[in-house]
Amino acid sequence: MKTVHASEYAVQMKHCCKSFGRVVANDNVDLRLKWGEIHALLGENGSGKTTLVNMLSGIYQPDDGEIWVDGNQAVIDSPKTAYQLGIGMIHQHFMLVDVLSATENIILGQKGGVLLNRRKVSAEICAMIDQYGFHIDPNRKISEMSVSEKQTVEIIKALYRGAEILILDEPTAVLTPQETDRLFDVLRRMKDEGKCVVLISHKINELFAVADKVTILRKGKFIEELDMKAVTPDQLTSDMVGYPAKLSLNCPQSGEVKPYLSVRNLTVRGISGAESVKNLSFDANAGEILGIAGIAGSGQKELCDALAGITVPENGVIAAGGKEIQGMNPLSVYRAGIHIAYVPEDRLGMGLIPSMGMAENVMLRSFERTGSFFLDKKTAVQDSARMVKELDIATPDLLTPVSRLSGGNVQKVLLEREIQDHPQLLIAAYPVRGLDIGASYKIYDMMTAEKLRGACVLFIGEDLDALLGICDRILVLCGGEAAGYVKPAETTKNEIGYMMMNGSIGKEEMAV
Amino acid sequence: MTVYVLVALLAAGIKAGAPLLLGTLGEILTEKSGSLNMGVEGVMGISAVAALAVGFHTGSIALTLLAAVLAGMLCCLVYSFMTVTLKANQLITGLSISILGGGVCNMMGAFINNSAKAAKTTARLNSSVMRLFSGLDQGLAIKSEESIPFACYVDKLLSGINFFVIISVILAIGMWFFFNKTRPGLHLRAVGENPRAADAMGISITAYRYLASVIGGAMMGLAGLFVCMNVGGKWEYNLIGGQGWLAVALVIFARWNPLKAIGGSLIFGILLRLFLHVKLSFLPDNCEALLMMLPYVITLITLILSGRKKNAGAGAPAGSGSNFFREDR
Repeated sequence: MKTVHASEYAVQMKHCCKSFGRVVANDNVDLRLKWGEIHALLGENGSGKTTLVNMLSGIYQPDDGEIWVDGNQAVIDSPKTAYQLGIGMIHQHFMLVDVLSATENIILGQKGGVLLNRRKVSAEICAMIDQYGFHIDPNRKISEMSVSEKQTVEIIKALYRGAEILILDEPTAVLTPQETDRLFDVLRRMKDEGKCVVLISHKINELFAVADKVTILRKGKFIEELDMKAVTPDQLTSDMVGYPAKLSLNCPQSGEVKPYLSVRNLTVRGISGAESVKNLSFDANAGEILGIAGIAGSGQKELCDALAGITVPENGVIAAGGKEIQGMNPLSVYRAGIHIAYVPEDRLGMGLIPSMGMAENVMLRSFERTGSFFLDKKTAVQDSARMVKELDIATPDLLTPVSRLSGGNVQKVLLEREIQDHPQLLIAAYPVRGLDIGASYKIYDMMTAEKLRGACVLFIGEDLDALLGICDRILVLCGGEAAGYVKPAETTKNEIGYMMMNGSIGKEEMAV
Repeated sequence: MTVYVLVALLAAGIKAGAPLLLGTLGEILTEKSGSLNMGVEGVMGISAVAALAVGFHTGSIALTLLAAVLAGMLCCLVYSFMTVTLKANQLITGLSISILGGGVCNMMGAFINNSAKAAKTTARLNSSVMRLFSGLDQGLAIKSEESIPFACYVDKLLSGINFFVIISVILAIGMWFFFNKTRPGLHLRAVGENPRAADAMGISITAYRYLASVIGGAMMGLAGLFVCMNVGGKWEYNLIGGQGWLAVALVIFARWNPLKAIGGSLIFGILLRLFLHVKLSFLPDNCEALLMMLPYVITLITLILSGRKKNAGAGAPAGSGSNFFREDR
């Protein structure tokens, strides 16, 4: 059933501008969305994609410019107004209340009687689930759901409120290949119903699978609108980064590969008290990058923390270079002559001290080396100055709090600090999350250089293309257990996806 | 006779528990909306002194109740204005209200007492207002200690049940129903758990936080009036004496559940009254201070024990304690 619309265009944003303090997030941006199309919004991190759609969803107010919705000029001053205009937004960070059920989340903010009729609403939602082919139990609590299920709840929530224009901010970043396919099926069904779907992404390959049109933003500016049928991936990449880019990942062979890290029967409990890593055994070699793949929350964080000596494992043996280190704190591990570099997932929360400058953050690693009571600021300042130069870090000066640096620069500081000590083991958890393409490739290069130097590198990642590109082997985790190893040359994204969801059985099923 | 003492203790506990329950309910409502109001102690004090002043001068039940409720609401309106509109730190604002309220009510209380003394009277609530405080009992006397008629037990128990007890239990059950069965209740919980999500759904964070705090303040105001009546309807220095803080602790003890707050308040009410009813023979004289300490010591112990549990945070509204900025990045 198609709704009759007043205009051919679902949304027209004309010359929209938005600044945050001195930072110009959107500068004169145009966006034209038609009914019955899937429109991709492409751009690097910080190019202003999210800001632009947040003006559509009522979170931000444009400083200047006009927004037209279905042929009428509109002032979208709150999320409520956006919904009244039929605009629904699926945020990258889900806007769900964990302690409530899916049904309760879906009806949040809806008008109606004072008393809740949960049964009636559940029935309505079930009808919608059947219509679009979702897989979900609306009565379960959000906190018990997987990332993909939470995303489904967000989509149902928008549809339930009658959204005709659906905006999805990086919806595939956290999905397995199979879940992505399922999501795209749903999006196509919406398009067939005449709805307008906006897809924000920086994964160019998947846009070709689903999008009709693409609008490219760069550094807050509108670059162009293109028909997806008439462009090549290389052209999109170049237009997105602003220079002719041919980006490819490589995985050079190390001279010497020898066993370094050996983990046996490792069990680690998470904060909630549940066993997050269960009886996990694996080996990693010096001179290779071992990728660790898995759905978010499959025990990656707990595994990293246990390896780095931050949490004490419940059970099991961690041996690095032949020495058992389980249960030792990071300092004792360091004094035992085992240098572990750890780039945690939460860079500013765990990796660096946000309010301190670069030199002071660098010192956090080096002070143990000097062994003196007084601080050796000089060396730290020299080291930092060298890092700024070598890695092209954009910072006003060495004393500027690192919290003010961009994500890519923060990561460069953190990774370089960790590896300047020539560690034997480098653990990098989601090192390129939120980074733009240029910075991501710099990080990949740094990890590969560490591997060639002879370090054992663990790369915990979510982007399967990146894992397949730079890793020598990939360990797939499923629910805290090892689903098995795969070699990039001999596997596919689909196989890894199956293993992430189904464990070791997944691999055998795929083989049949 | 022992049984009769226990019944008397239970009745006293019910009575002493009512202000705790009212304070706790007010704070649960406030915290469920995402505001951590640490000012209960001060709000109760100011409400008590305001109700006393109005009650003493007018002698009207309705005006006394209104004064208590309005004073509580006004204090919490200040809190909401500071934290929701001006985005001041919730913890500091609440603590300021507690400290300021403690000072203001002692000053006002002394002023009322002194001016009454100058007029050769005492500042207290008259008997018609104090009717709110009296129990449902008939005042049956025990004729012989050997055989106490059953009616006397019932009568003793009823003596613990007054207007405030009934109101607070009704409020507790009503609040539970509100949170779990109504649409505004669902919205309120969403605002307290994840304001960003609630805001994206078009729910007004400002309206819910203001309303929850102010209505919660009305309950804290009633609690303050009750404490004042508990000492005979007059002002004493440091009247509230930490009962507001007990209410804050009881919120955690009850895991933000109004029904559990009923049981929790009863237990703490009994502990508060223990020193009047129990004489421990092995203790030297004048050691009732030790028994008076008991509720506070037990609060400490239970909070430590409940913090050690794996599900320590269960029930705590995740967004409580932090302010909401929509354009925060």
